[in-house]
Amino acid sequence: MDVIRGRAWKYGDNVNTDVIYPGKYTYTVSGREEIARHALEDLDPAFVTGMQPGDVIVAGRNWGCGSSREQAATCLVYNGVGAIVAESFGRIFYRNALNNGLPAIVCPEAARVIQPGDAVEVDITSCVVRCPAGEFSFPPFSPSIMHIIEAGGLIAYVKRSLEA
Amino acid sequence: MNTTEARHSSSGGQPPSPQTFAQKALARAAGLDSVQIGQVVDAQPDVILSHDNTAAIRRIWQEFGQARVLRPERLAITLDHAVPAPTTKHAQNHAEIREFVREQGIAHFFEVGRGICHQVLSEEAVVLPGQLILGADSHTTHYGWMGAFGAGIGRSEVAALWATGQLWLRVPETMRIELDGELPPWVTAKDFALRVIGDLGADGGLYAMIEFGGSGIEALPLEARMILPNMMAEFGAKSAFIAPNAAVVEYVAARLGRRRSRAEAAQRGERRPQDAPAQMVDEARAEIEALLLDSDDGAPYAAVHRYAARDIEPTVACPHTVDNVRLLSEVSDVRVQQAFLGTCTNGRLSDLAVAAQIVQGRRTASGTRFLVIPASAEVLQDALRLGYIQTLVEAGAVIGVPGCGPCMGNHMGIPAPGETTISSANRNFRGRMGTPDSDVYLASPAVVAASAIMGRIADPRELE
Ligand code: SF4
Repeated sequence: MDVIRGRAWKYGDNVNTDVIYPGKYTYTVSGREEIARHALEDLDPAFVTGMQPGDVIVAGRNWGCGSSREQAATCLVYNGVGAIVAESFGRIFYRNALNNGLPAIVCPEAARVIQPGDAVEVDITSCVVRCPAGEFSFPPFSPSIMHIIEAGGLIAYVKRSLEA
Repeated sequence: MNTTEARHSSSGGQPPSPQTFAQKALARAAGLDSVQIGQVVDAQPDVILSHDNTAAIRRIWQEFGQARVLRPERLAITLDHAVPAPTTKHAQNHAEIREFVREQGIAHFFEVGRGICHQVLSEEAVVLPGQLILGADSHTTHYGWMGAFGAGIGRSEVAALWATGQLWLRVPETMRIELDGELPPWVTAKDFALRVIGDLGADGGLYAMIEFGGSGIEALPLEARMILPNMMAEFGAKSAFIAPNAAVVEYVAARLGRRRSRAEAAQRGERRPQDAPAQMVDEARAEIEALLLDSDDGAPYAAVHRYAARDIEPTVACPHTVDNVRLLSEVSDVRVQQAFLGTCTNGRLSDLAVAAQIVQGRRTASGTRFLVIPASAEVLQDALRLGYIQTLVEAGAVIGVPGCGPCMGNHMGIPAPGETTISSANRNFRGRMGTPDSDVYLASPAVVAASAIMGRIADPRELE
């Protein structure tokens, strides 16, 4: 997963978890495909049908604010979203994304200039986002987060540490 | 306070640098003498909260192949988000959770109808001041009302905590918010919270610990303290905190004493007593006082914001974000089909009391439904005893089962597309109450009650 390549789906500020994954499904829907089908349902109905695996969500400030529901991250993972580049993230969403192996990249410069449909590359190892408007670097993840990403998510990481 | 400082000063020759509450609480939870802001620690929470999402968490936890969770006594589980079960699927979800509770011997389990997680864990003193609670619920910031460190986390993280007992947390910066003077009549902590979020934005407190202080905070009645940390989830905060005063310590001590005396009586097979023996409450108080933590004078704050209480006015959050606030007077022409009083933010006894006072001798407007859902069975019992429920029902209110109700679009009281709700909840995102085509306005209980009578967003002073 070192370099992620895809097209940009661009959204604004304060996109909350209720429009990423509506609360009414949280206790009754559990299948992977069904969760994937409701992604961004109340924000952008074209997303689920149009997105290609590897595509990158590009957002403004505070993407994923609101609920702790993890499906807001997993519904994107199940659709094959490669990474999310944003000016900032809601903090629980940020944790949920990383814990599910979905790189949440805080890179305000890139998030502002990337246009919808742009070809975007996110390089986790060298910490840069490449897009038609240029190259932008982002701060590296702390070691504890890197361990989780490298393991492929928190569950895999915990499994490994329990076996050790 | 005292115990921690003593430990710091004995650990080296240098006088310790002033610390924030967040530093002290996370140092304690991580078993360290002190921690720096920005440091990532492995913290061991005293309480791990989950609710109707427990079955989903269990399925994740089962991937670890463990037969038993590590410390079952640290788990607290409530059934509150969709209760009683509205569909077979919800009932199956609850049944799975009960099975897990039995199999793991979870003592802190609260059945359908006992109330909303944050209210119940406060009433039962499952969480204590100075402790760390992590919950699969974004409003776990709530416990700052009693001086605990509460933070919301995801489901996988809760599963990991059940298995390992610890989780990485970054020690946050602290933003201090001061309120000076007393709030004017009909202006509440809810209005203050909405004002702060409106001024600084939904991400104004992102990743931060929000600490409240000042004479205006000290003047708040106990239940009003519960509103501010709860609402800080809508500010992007990791956690929120108010230094406990004597009233808070007394509340928690009385409830810890009561819980223990009931547990002892149950063991002897006796009927549970009404009140804990004084000695048990004294012991509980001493225990709590030893746990208290507060920021030092001169602690490093990332920012300090000061408000004069007399400048705060009745405030409403308009669709579809909590930071889209207006003065109440600016939205008083908005018609409402539903007025909803309840939730972990504003479903307590004092909220029902003010609503009963407003609707006493009146009827809800035709075309407007008034839904009242007490935050817990205890609130319901007190409200029954004090006649509030009688008054509310006489005025046309519908009383729901203690729990979250339609707050997140899961249970009864969901609006139709095209309808507008005025709600005492904490969140009004598009689709939050079940349909993306309805509008939700947030306000104080007094405004919700007045709106139920007037059929439009109304100022309680119009009814005086
Ligand atoms: S009342 Fe609403 S905000 Fe509070 S815990 Fe329940 S769903 Fe969440």
